[in-house]
Amino acid sequence: MTTAYEPNVVLSTKEYDVVGTRPIRHDGVDKVTGAAKYGADFYASNMLFAKVLRSPHAHARIKSIDTTDAESLEGVRAVVTSKDFGNLPWTYERDQVMASHKVLYKGHPIAGVAAINSHIADHAISLIKVEYECLASVATVHEAMKENAPILLDDLRTEDDLGNNSESNTNVAKHIQYSTGDIEKGFNQADLIVEREFNTATVHQGYIEPSNFTVNWNQDGRLHIWLSSQGPFEIRGDAAKVLGIPVSNVKVTPMEIGGGFGAKFSVFSSPIAALLSKKTGHPVKVVNTRTEEFESSTPTPGSYLKVKIGITKSGQITSGQAYLAYEAGAYPGSPVGGGANCLFAPYDIPNQLIDGYDVVVNKPKTGAYRAPGSPNAAFAIESIVDELAEKLGMDPLNLRLMNASKSGTRRSDGVKFPRIGCIEVIEAMKSHPHYSTPLKGPNQGRGIAIGYWMNGAGESSITLTVHPDGHINLVEGSADIGGSRASISMMAAEVLGIPAESVHPSVVDTDSVGYTSGTGGSSVTHKAGIVVYQAASDVKLQLLDRAASIWGTDSNSLEMNNGVISSTSNHNLKISFEDLAAQLNDTGGPIVGRAALTTRGPGGAFAGHIIDVEVDPETGKVAILRCTAFQDCGKAIHPSYVEGQMQGGTVQGIGWALNEEYFMNEDGSMANGTFLDYRMPLALDLPMIDTVIVEVANPDHPFGVRGVGEVSIAPPLPAVANAVYGATGIRMNRLPMTPASIANITK
Amino acid sequence: MSTKTHVQTKINGETVDFLCEPRQSLLEVLRDVLQMTGSKEGCNDGNCGACTVNMDGRIVDSCLVLGVEAAGSEINTIEGVATSDGLHPIQQAFLENAALQCGICTPGFIVASKALLEAEPNPSEERIRLWLAGNLCRCTGYDKIVRAVMDAAQKMA
Ligand code: FES
Ligand code: FES
Repeated sequence: MTTAYEPNVVLSTKEYDVVGTRPIRHDGVDKVTGAAKYGADFYASNMLFAKVLRSPHAHARIKSIDTTDAESLEGVRAVVTSKDFGNLPWTYERDQVMASHKVLYKGHPIAGVAAINSHIADHAISLIKVEYECLASVATVHEAMKENAPILLDDLRTEDDLGNNSESNTNVAKHIQYSTGDIEKGFNQADLIVEREFNTATVHQGYIEPSNFTVNWNQDGRLHIWLSSQGPFEIRGDAAKVLGIPVSNVKVTPMEIGGGFGAKFSVFSSPIAALLSKKTGHPVKVVNTRTEEFESSTPTPGSYLKVKIGITKSGQITSGQAYLAYEAGAYPGSPVGGGANCLFAPYDIPNQLIDGYDVVVNKPKTGAYRAPGSPNAAFAIESIVDELAEKLGMDPLNLRLMNASKSGTRRSDGVKFPRIGCIEVIEAMKSHPHYSTPLKGPNQGRGIAIGYWMNGAGESSITLTVHPDGHINLVEGSADIGGSRASISMMAAEVLGIPAESVHPSVVDTDSVGYTSGTGGSSVTHKAGIVVYQAASDVKLQLLDRAASIWGTDSNSLEMNNGVISSTSNHNLKISFEDLAAQLNDTGGPIVGRAALTTRGPGGAFAGHIIDVEVDPETGKVAILRCTAFQDCGKAIHPSYVEGQMQGGTVQGIGWALNEEYFMNEDGSMANGTFLDYRMPLALDLPMIDTVIVEVANPDHPFGVRGVGEVSIAPPLPAVANAVYGATGIRMNRLPMTPASIANITK
Repeated sequence: MSTKTHVQTKINGETVDFLCEPRQSLLEVLRDVLQMTGSKEGCNDGNCGACTVNMDGRIVDSCLVLGVEAAGSEINTIEGVATSDGLHPIQQAFLENAALQCGICTPGFIVASKALLEAEPNPSEERIRLWLAGNLCRCTGYDKIVRAVMDAAQKMA
């Protein structure tokens, strides 16, 4: 391969010794040899295998459930239904785990079977007889919001921002509203107003490892769950709640996790396995099939957006109005709030009005997927901004630069931006050779777009133990989904002046580390970074104290640099970290550093993409020719894994833009619940994904870190759409942009 | 009457005997019977490649092969790629190029890439992308995986 340019660039603003380098990740060898144990690789002795009976209907009343035949099948050890929750009251959470009187989507769990192997369990669920009364269903927000639409949840009322509830039955769970300035005045000041509507399909996170749980309800009443999850502590809390037991009775052991992207935060079938374990006295393992994963895990919502922007002749945006309706799935809780926060975030728009609606539909409950809510919103706003630039005859990046948010700009929800890198990202795009390289042929187009994600912070707890040979044991609770063990270890190593390889990280169970909120919201490197900085500083202070007591001097006169402790007043007093570590037990005892806190100030992230496409005029098929991803990550601790996040997010965005969707049958069931039919991008579909890491340090973090994982998924949706416009002259307002949908218009 | 069949096969160079039901896939046998969990299940229907193993010199999705079909075959799995001399150059290249994030797809990609480089020592980027089109990765966007295979090819030359 020859490239005339650097495919992966880091625009670094500050250099360190360890931070910013690219060591081999600590868990790497186990993962390239097959030794690493993921959730489904866990086998307990005497373990049973469970399968879940799921509704074949999108919406139906359950009239009766008969489990007799299943129970008498040889090899079956137990069957459970919602009755096994006992006297626990009906809640959305319990109903989601196992339906009692109504099923709300195809795939809704009804019963669980434990057997000596999964084939027998599978056979047994086919013997359970359920009598249904089918009901009309709703698959989209449009259907669900119609007057006289079938109602999913009898008790549901629309809650507004003040917590007031509507009077009548509805499928709209929530109405949020953000308002700034004077929307009418803003539109009056505009020379040009563009209003467009957009629809996006339900999509799935598509992690390769299906959800899995092994659960043991021990004779002492304690519950032990081995799993692949982004949030072991969240699962601990939610499982306790669903099962009605104290949280201290639940221990969660996180195994390696094979992707999640926001989806692996739910208890899914673990309470079913728990009830089966209680009934049988055996550990019970339940692993989803791929189809179960599509039909009953937590995909991310389809949506409808209507967005209206007013702009002056000179390119100043004066007013922005939006209507957002996002699918929540069967129970309230779509990421419409994320969508509303991100929609106008890249721009300083003085007059805004946003109405967001959380709408229940007969699909599985939606969950987070990489910058939840933001990609749908970016598709809408960035398509319109592109159109505005064209109508005004302005360069699309210049128009964005003119209106870009900066520190002090108010976000739609009223929050003032701290130091952010929106302008720096756009400038990096402008000066990149990709932007000025001419396209090479007919039917080609270039699209650009930017996007925003808030990033997350939260709780983290870390302890560091000093080994006698100067190495460090690092114990943390953040599920490592893409290299975070390495980045956390590197930050510890930086503080102590030792190589990254001298730190040995372990992600441990919920009994063995302090509360740590889940791996989500692009929060881990931020929160664990602050905490590990404090924990390593704690170790450092203790080392200085120890040296001071050995030397009989004051620790204030000592310092530690590059792994050496020395005195500022007496040059003879000098000891390496390694040598001091060897003496700890004889000079006062072991040293353990610790820190635990709730962090704040994740900083917010902006990303931008330049994407070139070629559209086949006959078939409508879109080929991605070239793609460059730009992102402000504050500081890249391990640049390779930052690039990996950007590349992975970009490709998920491309899949969302072009191929992926829940294809719904007339009866409200999903038609394409396999990897063959739910077509995710393959290596063959893509070029290299070039990256530019922009570093605008986050002042609220010791290393300047902002979250990395999520924002890169958002801009590709509109960037591809804008590129398709460049190639065909057609503005696509519906996702995915399948070959058929493009060919239908071009012909 | 026994419902299980006795099967003798060779796995990673060693003769292995196991009992399996006719309906059990090779992947299930590897994981559930032999406790070799390096091969992963992502779909169980031949569409993700996480379960890729080498069978008699060809890469196959082990979820699509029956355990009984392995009789008399030579199977090579991810567990046999590294030797007592250390990691295979492809494994080393995956590490150095950060070609994995969650790592669930990695065993399949490594087994598939190894077969490619054994057959074609110097494949083009396009060829690598075509060869690996049967393996899904949702984390990396494939960029670093393709680079790792190119890097390994260079180092093995
Ligand atoms: S598990 Fe065999 S191809 Fe997916
Ligand atoms: S690294 Fe996660 S699926 Fe490939």
